[in-house]
Amino acid sequence: MAKYLLLKHYRGNPAAVNDVPMDQWTPEEVSAHLAYMDDFAKRLEGTGEYVDGQALAPEGAWVRYDGEGRPPVTDGPFAETKDLIAGWMVIDVDSYDRAVELAGELSAAPGAGGKPIHEWLEVRPFLAAHPSVTD
Amino acid sequence: MTPRASEPDDVLLRRLVPQVIGVLVRRGADFAAAEDAVQDALVEAVRTWLPGPAADRPQDPKGWLVTVAWRRFLDATRSDAARRRREDHAGEEPEPGPVPAADDTLRLYFLCAHPSLTPSSAVALTLRAVGGLTTRQIAQAYLVPEATMAQRISRAKRTVSAEVARGDRFDRPGDVATVLRVLYLVFNEGYSGDVDLAAEAIRLTRQLAAASDHPEVAGLLALMLLHHARRDARTAPDGALVPLAEQDRGRWDTTAIAEGVRILQAALARDRLGEYQAQAAIAALHADAPRAEETDWVQVVEWYDELVRLTDSPVVRLNRAVAVGEADGPRAGLAALAELDGALPRHDAVAAYLHERDGDLATAARLYAAAARAASNVAERDHLTRQAARINAGVPGRR
Repeated sequence: MAKYLLLKHYRGNPAAVNDVPMDQWTPEEVSAHLAYMDDFAKRLEGTGEYVDGQALAPEGAWVRYDGEGRPPVTDGPFAETKDLIAGWMVIDVDSYDRAVELAGELSAAPGAGGKPIHEWLEVRPFLAAHPSVTD
Repeated sequence: MTPRASEPDDVLLRRLVPQVIGVLVRRGADFAAAEDAVQDALVEAVRTWLPGPAADRPQDPKGWLVTVAWRRFLDATRSDAARRRREDHAGEEPEPGPVPAADDTLRLYFLCAHPSLTPSSAVALTLRAVGGLTTRQIAQAYLVPEATMAQRISRAKRTVSAEVARGDRFDRPGDVATVLRVLYLVFNEGYSGDVDLAAEAIRLTRQLAAASDHPEVAGLLALMLLHHARRDARTAPDGALVPLAEQDRGRWDTTAIAEGVRILQAALARDRLGEYQAQAAIAALHADAPRAEETDWVQVVEWYDELVRLTDSPVVRLNRAVAVGEADGPRAGLAALAELDGALPRHDAVAAYLHERDGDLATAARLYAAAARAASNVAERDHLTRQAARINAGVPGRR
């Protein structure tokens, strides 16, 4: 019973096996990909393991505090930023092995030519709020 | 069963849930259908009379639940049968359920902890069918969407029903360990959201102890009470962890400690030691010390030796190294630690503590920082980070 984040990157992950950008797929391949993602989430809800899934816009801004009484400073996006998050899925599973198994399935989503993308997904455990009572 | 004096209605209802499921099963409903029907009845009670004035309350809440649940069961069976007629042109009534065990409640504990279930499914099903919590409450406690928890429970019920249909017997004395494991998991989750899972685990273990006669059930109940007694002292007002040695022992719940010790002594007297009794014995030794310095560490180490013999768990060996460090000095603790795999969770944290007591502050600070990075929860990470920062700032520990 632990939560894991399956993190999908636009950029910053190692290159996928079937590494063709999405805008060069056929419309049917795009639809097939989206349907796969949708089915995957529905299936996880059915197994009682789904918590959340969100997609992020590729472009954002950097924001920081600029001192008392001043508006925050905004900047960017910076093209040189290496890591760019595309979205995530949060799962609640019985073991780390199960999290890896599910990430492997998600990485098999079809891309160009209807073939699995084999993209690298990042698997990160959530920190619980507290230690267990008897620890 | 009559309502107990001053028992709130929602507590009474939850206590009745496993009994009402038992009645439906005895009348021929299968487990999954009975559980569904009783949950419907419970939701109906919460919707209608539970929040209203006492005058609206049925005279006999159990009878009310049985009537409403049985009606729901018949409705569901009829619509299932009607659907099957439409689909299969076959109008069979469902198979009668299994013959109930002498004690319906005890049988439910075993079913909900069935070894064919994953731990998280067994926990969810136990909380609903034995604990009488709603799916929404369980979902909130485990921070998952209600739809996800509903599916987890419904799959668990299908699995259990299939096992029952195969004629699987799962209520032999040895199987009690599986039930205890589930209750232990619930207890360890502690308190999150609206549901106090630790208190719920104590209630369910108490109920199990009343329905069975097994020293390990008593051992687990004692262990829970002894840990629960320290709950208020475990965290500072800002939420920071307070280690056992630094806790304000005046805030420990002496009533819970006394009850835990009494239950443990009765269990130990039966001379059938198990891991929960041994863990409870260690908790009792801590509870027994008026000040941390007065802890009987030699006895604690002896109980850890028993636990190692019973479980052969590397985590137990790690905790034993801490106790050895207290009983025989930090060098002895480090020697015990040296025999263990450095990749064990909390290995660095234990090593840091022992090195600090041994006077090697640089190593201690480095290991505390490493332990913080490897922590599996926020409270522990923050505590370990503060330890590293404290040593780096040249502030001595409390002892």
